[in-house]
Amino acid sequence: MNDGAPDVLRAENIVKRFGPNVALSDVSLHLRRGEVLGLIGDNGAGKSTLIKIITGFHKPDAGRIFIEDEEIELKSVSHAQSLGIQTVFQDLALVNDLSVYHNMFLNSEITRRPLPLLNNRAMKEKTRRYLDEIGVNIPSIDTTVAMLSGGQRQAIAVARSVYSNAKILLLDEPLAAMGAKEGAMILDLIQRLRDEGEVSIILIVHNYAHVFEVCDRVNVLQHGSISYDRPTSETSVEELTELMVSEYRRARETGNGRA
Amino acid sequence: MATRAPTRDEAETQGPGLFARVAETLLRRQEISIFVVAVALVIYFQASNPAFLQQGNLRGLAQSIAATAIVAAGLVMVMILGEIDLSVGQAFAFAPIAMYIAYEQFFLVLPLAVVLGLLLTAVVGFVNGVLRVYFGVPSFVATLGMYFLLGGVNVILVAGFPKTTPEESAITRALGEYPYAGILWCVAVFIIMHVLLNYTRWGIYTFATGGNFIGAKEAGIKVDRVRIVNFMICSTLAGFAGILEAMRIESIDPLAGGAGVMFLAISAAVIGGTPLAGGVGTMIGAFIGTLVLSVLRNGFTLQGIGAFTFNVILGIAILIVMVLNIYVGRMRTARRIS
Repeated sequence: MNDGAPDVLRAENIVKRFGPNVALSDVSLHLRRGEVLGLIGDNGAGKSTLIKIITGFHKPDAGRIFIEDEEIELKSVSHAQSLGIQTVFQDLALVNDLSVYHNMFLNSEITRRPLPLLNNRAMKEKTRRYLDEIGVNIPSIDTTVAMLSGGQRQAIAVARSVYSNAKILLLDEPLAAMGAKEGAMILDLIQRLRDEGEVSIILIVHNYAHVFEVCDRVNVLQHGSISYDRPTSETSVEELTELMVSEYRRARETGNGRA
Repeated sequence: MATRAPTRDEAETQGPGLFARVAETLLRRQEISIFVVAVALVIYFQASNPAFLQQGNLRGLAQSIAATAIVAAGLVMVMILGEIDLSVGQAFAFAPIAMYIAYEQFFLVLPLAVVLGLLLTAVVGFVNGVLRVYFGVPSFVATLGMYFLLGGVNVILVAGFPKTTPEESAITRALGEYPYAGILWCVAVFIIMHVLLNYTRWGIYTFATGGNFIGAKEAGIKVDRVRIVNFMICSTLAGFAGILEAMRIESIDPLAGGAGVMFLAISAAVIGGTPLAGGVGTMIGAFIGTLVLSVLRNGFTLQGIGAFTFNVILGIAILIVMVLNIYVGRMRTARRIS
């Protein structure tokens, strides 16, 4: 679907080095309006680095980023947020000592007028509604997130970005710490967002079954660049697995005698 | 570890024991436990010496609380970030000196001189913050340098001699000469700071930056700005406390404040529930912490017990609070994992 839709995001020839390590050597990627793009790749292939560049956390050493065909130099995460880019980071970006609802509205707190004091009641109400809509059960939204399970924490991080009026949603392994039931809820949520077609999503996952369940298209990141780009309808779990396995095989062969 | 074998204790009691639960409740709302201590101390000292709650002594108590508590309020903002400001005692002396020079040598009207003194003290905090944020100097070291630097500057600025404060006026009375001015300002400062910390976005940013620096940054919070501005708030409040104290004793002493005020204020914040571990802290706790320390010192003085005993008790109090803090923290982590 959405084959002819225009790009909301385009990254061209992105390079990122950390000291002597080249994390991304030359990444070009595009995301169409309303599409869910699956991004897979080996551990350390640079998926999270790429996400952190698109979200304004890291600055690329070279390359260009276009949002709705306009070239943008992302200055910070809040700059990217102001352009409608929201992210669920792998580490979730939750603050353990803050309550569930303060985490849900972290950096987008609702305040009163005329004095800009926190409107906790409004934040609690909305938090409760969001969590109900997703179907995640959290004992009390007044507790600190330190008290919650990994899956519950992840659900809060996902809900936070989904309900932030994002145009572009970047999800870095949003299912990693979840049990089957919670994971299914998040997949349903992504499915629903995809049907609504308002947001465009880049989803990093390790489980290829998830790619085929919710993604329109899949990109493989290898050796710091995108090596494979195809609609999910034109590929298969076997093909993706073969792609990754051959990668290991090659690594073993070239690694012989050196390692 | 998820596969940790249950200890004998856990197996027997099924979950945390009574002591642990009480300890956790008290520590989660540390203001309450420190308040109980404060009330107990007041009752004890009143019972042992009826002079304790008489007006004269109360006034002295209020005066000794005011300056330290305001310094502690500023420190809380920095300590929630997991940072420290050792230079507060010098900012305390610097603000009235800057005010004095602006007033006596540059002939500024007193209100402007006060504002200028506070602004210059804010610059001190700005430098501390920039050293921490942009140069990566640990705040302990950055503010240690500032402690000596500013301490020297203070003495040089007044050529080594204390100066008298400007002639009595409505302003000098409001800023400290009126016997209860200090404590009234102190209460006002604490109300404002408590609201700032707990009911504004800035407070959330402060807790988030201190509790999960990378996470806060990922959430788009401008963590550099949060750190620098909180260092500025800390210095400015210390300077304000210094002006109040100078006006009260009608003397601007380059050796006022220093390490004494700094350590007392840090102690008050720690005892009140701001453990310097980052992400946790309370204004009310810092106020009651100062109250406890002042009551202890004042009560001991009335009983004729010397400063050394006070130091022993202060040391024990800090250590007990920190050990309990760490104990409860561990307990909480264990429960989350199991």
